[in-house]
Amino acid sequence: MASGVKPRVKVPKSASAGEAITIKTLISHPMESGQRKDGDGNPIPRSIINRFTCEFNGQSVIDVKMEPAISTNPYFEFEATVPEAGEFAFTWYDDDGSVYNDNKAITV
Amino acid sequence: MKYKSLTALAALAISAPMVFAGGADDDALVIDGQEMISKTAAPAHMAETGIDTIISGWHFREDDTQAMQLDTFDNPGMIAVDQAMDAWNTVEGTAEKSCASCHEGPESMKGVRAVYPKWNAEAGEMRTLAMQINNCRTEQMGAEPYKYDKAEMTAMEALITVQSRGMPVNVAIDGPAAEYYEKGKEIYYTRYGQLELSCASCHEQNYGNYIRADHLSQGQINGFPTYRLKNAGLVQVHNRFRGCIRDTRAETFAVGSPEFVALEVYVASRGNGLSVEGPSVRQ
Repeated sequence: MASGVKPRVKVPKSASAGEAITIKTLISHPMESGQRKDGDGNPIPRSIINRFTCEFNGQSVIDVKMEPAISTNPYFEFEATVPEAGEFAFTWYDDDGSVYNDNKAITV
Repeated sequence: MKYKSLTALAALAISAPMVFAGGADDDALVIDGQEMISKTAAPAHMAETGIDTIISGWHFREDDTQAMQLDTFDNPGMIAVDQAMDAWNTVEGTAEKSCASCHEGPESMKGVRAVYPKWNAEAGEMRTLAMQINNCRTEQMGAEPYKYDKAEMTAMEALITVQSRGMPVNVAIDGPAAEYYEKGKEIYYTRYGQLELSCASCHEQNYGNYIRADHLSQGQINGFPTYRLKNAGLVQVHNRFRGCIRDTRAETFAVGSPEFVALEVYVASRGNGLSVEGPSVRQ
């Protein structure tokens, strides 16, 4: 169980219709790869965020599958066009089954 | 392996002097729209050093690294600030108090970072920010002290530091602090280790030049605690001191030792006038 996991998202509060906006997301997570060993030589079990998705009003914007080579505190920055006012829903899926959510509304 | 390092050396020899001629760059350090003082006239007590402009380490880093510090969201060091915010409000110890019980919001810590290390007249000792945090924990909260350079301590330092962001460093070196200043200065100019290097060998006489692949800064500590990309975590100033002395192949002083406290007083005072930048981002 990863501790201290906290999602953060930066989305502009408003945009004009059809405009491409920049979205930045960051989640604090150790992203333990499963390749390392502890002081006694036992493997440390893998514990990573394996999937990240962003949806806008139910429509998929981005869906990312993540692998163990990704560094601690994964950061994604991407662009999305906003056709109408609505809400972005961000979801991170942890190896341990936890799901972390964040939502940001945007006006047009 | 050998071929690789030779190529790297050759590449460095060709590209470095052209790209970084003159050392520090001329970019402006503006964090979230707030302009920082990242270059300014050296304080009067530095007249004997031959340095007339003090320069933040930010100017010696590459553009990508620099950019990460310009936006609070992009700065990975701010994660620790978030975590310390939770610790700030957590009740701990026998007195059943949190930081917030006495100090309210962390905004009350504005200006604190800029003047530390600071002489505590009541206790009769020179205190770094970490020592002050632990004093609060043991005396006011009745809680266990943090280990000097552990993540919780560094995060709490970052939270307190960020409240003073943009304010000029103003560490006192007169009165009772003079003794520490002198002692720190002696350490600064003492050559340590098999390589016989002092702080001044690199950070006073050769800043702007390269030591192998490293671009030497003035060794200013106004940006601490610093998020180092190679550590993927925050680094305290005493960690950095220890790392530097270790790299000279010497036995180092311990983190939190009186020697490093004195050195911190001296090195901090060399940055009097630069903005508090912490948590900064470095390579």
